[in-house]
Amino acid sequence: MTAPLHFHTITELAPLIAAGHVSSEALTSACLEEIAAHDGALRAFITVLGASAIAQARELDAEIAAGGCRGPLHGIPISLKDLIDQQGVPTTAASRVREGHVAACDAPVTARLRAAGAVLIGKTNLHEFAFGTTSDDTAFGAVRNPHAPSRSPGGSSGGSAVGIVTGMSVASIGTDTGGSIRIPSAACGTVGLKPTWGEVPCEGVVPLCRSLDHVGPLARSVADAWLIYLVLRGEAAAARWPLPAPRPVKGLRLGVPRHYFHDVLDDEVRARFAACLAWLRHEGAETMDVVIPHAPGIAPVYLHASLPEAAACHAGSLESVPERYTRNVRLRLEMGRYVLAEDYVTAQAARAVLRSEVDAALAGCDALAMPTLPIPAPPIGASTVDVAGTPQAVRSMMLRMTQLFNLTGHPAVSMPMGETAAGLPCGLQLAGRLNDTEGLLATAAACEAIVTP
Amino acid sequence: MTIDDWLAVACADADRRGLADLKPLLVTLAGATRALRAAGWDAATRQQAQANAPEPRAPGPPPEEGEPR
Repeated sequence: MTAPLHFHTITELAPLIAAGHVSSEALTSACLEEIAAHDGALRAFITVLGASAIAQARELDAEIAAGGCRGPLHGIPISLKDLIDQQGVPTTAASRVREGHVAACDAPVTARLRAAGAVLIGKTNLHEFAFGTTSDDTAFGAVRNPHAPSRSPGGSSGGSAVGIVTGMSVASIGTDTGGSIRIPSAACGTVGLKPTWGEVPCEGVVPLCRSLDHVGPLARSVADAWLIYLVLRGEAAAARWPLPAPRPVKGLRLGVPRHYFHDVLDDEVRARFAACLAWLRHEGAETMDVVIPHAPGIAPVYLHASLPEAAACHAGSLESVPERYTRNVRLRLEMGRYVLAEDYVTAQAARAVLRSEVDAALAGCDALAMPTLPIPAPPIGASTVDVAGTPQAVRSMMLRMTQLFNLTGHPAVSMPMGETAAGLPCGLQLAGRLNDTEGLLATAAACEAIVTP
Repeated sequence: MTIDDWLAVACADADRRGLADLKPLLVTLAGATRALRAAGWDAATRQQAQANAPEPRAPGPPPEEGEPR
């Protein structure tokens, strides 16, 4: 290990903590020092829980000294996106609308992390109410991408990804309604998992669109995301630790949907993805083109499914305190109040069609593979970006590859697949079968060894 | 309601509520609604329902007296 300890993976740190070679207090202190040194510029955190995190770390170290280890998350500093309740701590949702709120109790996912021995180090910044993909519309200042501070870290879980990359936490818990775990993971160079819809409880998490919302981990490796996922869904990770070694890539079958997904793609992202597939084939994986016939209809379906649900969640505060929202988020929420019921119902029918088409595409393969983002991280505040000589709306670009799996509920994971010439990370997205998130993680772990530098 | 009718009513309502900034977004939404309605989702849903329906069974002899139905 040459990098400082707080830049290592859970898989590397857990045995050292369990053996008493590394203390949780030292690890937590190192993360807090990174926050103190760099968060003024990057704005990854809204609330830093320094004193309580150190107290928690000391208790966990005492347990180790007494011969007790709760499992692989024991003593690991983990942050929560500030949509997720932690008892006694404000849940701001990065909005002035929530001023004065303090969580009365832990969300179930928070309680599970606490029971597994995670050190809750703080609450991370996000796009206000998770209703955006760039983490710049927030009451706490735009989050900045550590690879290029003039650029967005993606969103909405932007602070979570930034914190991991900069050593402010070892992992984080985010939410994903259209790609909000996978998008910042791709833009910042972390692993992000959206489990199958409904596997991880969303109680105690500020909702955006209840039929599209997911909770999941952002981490430094697929194995780390897997361990956290087990805890989030209520399983004892200790019983599954260590995870088995990744399966060989040889024999893996990856479906590649090109129609629509490759129609608008940055040249460097296209080249990175092609190189990834070439490496995987060289190691014995099979790739095959597959088609999602109604893919060109995804964006209109997502809009008509998500906007009314978001407006419904915010109807009360849009009436009572509209001036407390950031302008863009308020306007987008207001849009949702104008969607006709007949179009919302059509969107629900369309989701069933898309779900069947994704199932059919997955029938002959282990996972679907595509870039997570069609573009590298965009400049902060940009509304359009140039893609192959044509201006494209940033919001449409950010959601283009990810929102399908929120509509259908299939599990999807993003992992790093190298960088552009300017040093901006690119992400590979894999999507797996419904209710087989662990099958997807096994496939992702196999690919990670080949495609992640 | 046609999309043009809807858009006119929605923009007038946005003006009435002092949300003139909303009108460009409503125009974008109208375009998305046109795309949604033109994509033939209802027909695709019907096709899927037919494909998933159980095969019709050939008529058979009436059950014997006392045979469970």
